[in-house]
Amino acid sequence: MKKLSVLSILVAATTLLFSQASLAACGEIVLGSAISLTGKYSTEGLNSQNGYDFAVEKIRQNGGIKIGGKCYNFKIIYYDDESKGDRGATLAERLISQDKVQYMLGPYSSGMTKAIAPVTEKYQIPMVEAEGASRSLFNKGYKYLFAVLSTSEQYLASAITLAAEMAEKKGKQASSVKVAVAVENDPFSLDVRDGVVEDAKRFNMNIVLDEKLPRDLSDMSAILTKVQLLKPDLLIISGHTKGAVTGVRQIGEKNIKVPMIAMTHCESADVTGKFGATANDILCSTQWAETLSYKDPIFGSAANYDQEFKLAYPAYKDKEVPYQTAQASAAVYVFKDAFERAESLDKEKLRDALAATDLMSFYGPIKFSEAGNNIAKPMVLRQIQDGKYNVVAPSAFASHKLNWPRQ
Amino acid sequence: MDQVLSNISLLIEFPIVNLKIILDGLMIGSLFALAAYGLALVWGVMNVKNLAQGDFVISGGYVSWWLAQHGMPALLGVPIAFAVMWGVGWVAYKLVIRRVIERDLFTSLLATFGLAIMMAQLLNLMFSSDTRSIDLGFDTLYFADGLIDVPIAKLIGVLMAAGLAAAVIVFMKSSRMGQAIRATAQDARAARVMGIDTEKVYAFTFSLNSGICGAAGAIIVMVWLVQPFYGIAYSIRAFVIVTAAGLGNLPGVIAAGLGIGALEQYGAHIFGISYQQAIAVILLLLVLLFRLIQQRRNRQVLK
Repeated sequence: MKKLSVLSILVAATTLLFSQASLAACGEIVLGSAISLTGKYSTEGLNSQNGYDFAVEKIRQNGGIKIGGKCYNFKIIYYDDESKGDRGATLAERLISQDKVQYMLGPYSSGMTKAIAPVTEKYQIPMVEAEGASRSLFNKGYKYLFAVLSTSEQYLASAITLAAEMAEKKGKQASSVKVAVAVENDPFSLDVRDGVVEDAKRFNMNIVLDEKLPRDLSDMSAILTKVQLLKPDLLIISGHTKGAVTGVRQIGEKNIKVPMIAMTHCESADVTGKFGATANDILCSTQWAETLSYKDPIFGSAANYDQEFKLAYPAYKDKEVPYQTAQASAAVYVFKDAFERAESLDKEKLRDALAATDLMSFYGPIKFSEAGNNIAKPMVLRQIQDGKYNVVAPSAFASHKLNWPRQ
Repeated sequence: MDQVLSNISLLIEFPIVNLKIILDGLMIGSLFALAAYGLALVWGVMNVKNLAQGDFVISGGYVSWWLAQHGMPALLGVPIAFAVMWGVGWVAYKLVIRRVIERDLFTSLLATFGLAIMMAQLLNLMFSSDTRSIDLGFDTLYFADGLIDVPIAKLIGVLMAAGLAAAVIVFMKSSRMGQAIRATAQDARAARVMGIDTEKVYAFTFSLNSGICGAAGAIIVMVWLVQPFYGIAYSIRAFVIVTAAGLGNLPGVIAAGLGIGALEQYGAHIFGISYQQAIAVILLLLVLLFRLIQQRRNRQVLK
């Protein structure tokens, strides 16, 4: 009897030892990120942080990162940059020189990324970012900056192509399309505008209205009055969530009849929840949608990601999972892929592996240009149809037909 | 420049648009006037230049939004926001403002500026940085082939603002407290000698201002939108209006508020909406310049 109990203790001890050994067998790879948890970007910052954390957990569950027969898990050190650029740069310095972080995940927004990129570049620290879309990030010759998302000039440019298609379908010339543009005066929205204007020029379209929205916009009736008078065929609005909220509300109030209206940030502004039927038939650009047919071995399909994320973060249960979250997860996935191909923790080898990335993910194809931006993934246009976001462009991935003209 | 010319030609081509711009401007202006009236009150009575004025407005908006989120009818949010912000104003007075009344200009500016930053950040932490608005779901009235639109929600908002302004005017004219406030504004020391508890008057005045701002915010969230960091836009306009109209000149404040609303809309139409706020500030400069010239001629001291 006594022997048996000794034996059982021994067995228990070995199992404990073994299980501890198997835990210890996975090393830790520390990533650093300065992200906006307070200040004006706090909502979006939190969305990105949740995306990062979800991906770390998901990769852990799938056996971690395997480098040369050894397994690793990610751990992320976060600092709150308070949505201020100078703070972000200071924190990046601190992450690199004090916490000895060798690999960085990006902050939220183009502005913050712009503030941090010079620091990571100086210390030659590879940074994969998911939330800075301004194309001015990719003409500075940065070697250590990689972005999984499409650059901002692509956000609404496809609306021009769509408007041209519709005009031709009606037997009219594409060049007869009149375009009205109202964008905020910030790097992101100005890029959006440049993309639209370039594409409109390509079709020889007439830009009848080209206005800038102020930073603290709460009323755009002056612009919408002009829209009523000038009768454009396409109205482009880009001004973050306030642009979308103000735009949809006043388009409804003023009963603006433009055949096609395209804007950014519909989802984060929750225009369908706030304004119901008024938001119908508006086109919204998005980096990602859960109805797209992309998939990968870790996260499964886009729909699967959406489902599992909502399970892990019940706060998102009744909302759309924002694309900011999905691309944050994709950035972590890119790191995993690159580490495994580099077969090393050396940051130079990692950088080269990152540069050679050619990956299919639940978020879409990822392949970096020389400048570091993702050139493989197209931007998606969704139309609000009966309160639902349905993909209508690009036509290869479209699940629904475009309602045109908008009533 | 081409854009400016074509915008002006639009005004001439469609004269009805002028009417619409003025209407839009008057509706916004009525809310500017409310916030400005509160500022004039505090400025005139206790000589505190309240830089947190706009943040009191935005806070009122959030009170109303929060209530609507919890099933309260949105219109009821206006009186409740008035009451809640009255309380917030009283606390702010007891904690901060009381200590800066007798101090010089910069102390009160600095203290209220700090208050503004703190309020904005608190709102941000509590409600996140998303823009918030309440959709009342009312119809819109259309005139002149749909070119002129008057959303019923806006109309109700303006009427409520007018009602509140009227109530405050009557209160200041006829109530005992109103008299005490006016007496204190004229000469605080003399008022004290006459037995008026000026400390109480100050607390009341600041709370009243905060309540007015709160009600204005509750109207704004029904008609436009609020965001934690939008306070400054209302603060700036309130300062412009009070400076233009002068202290203790209530009809002046209302007229200036409506006027600035309309002029901003004109400016936004002609020069582009991004210059809307700049136009308010340019107007302030012009008014100050005009005042300066006027006062030099009269050899008065600028007070």
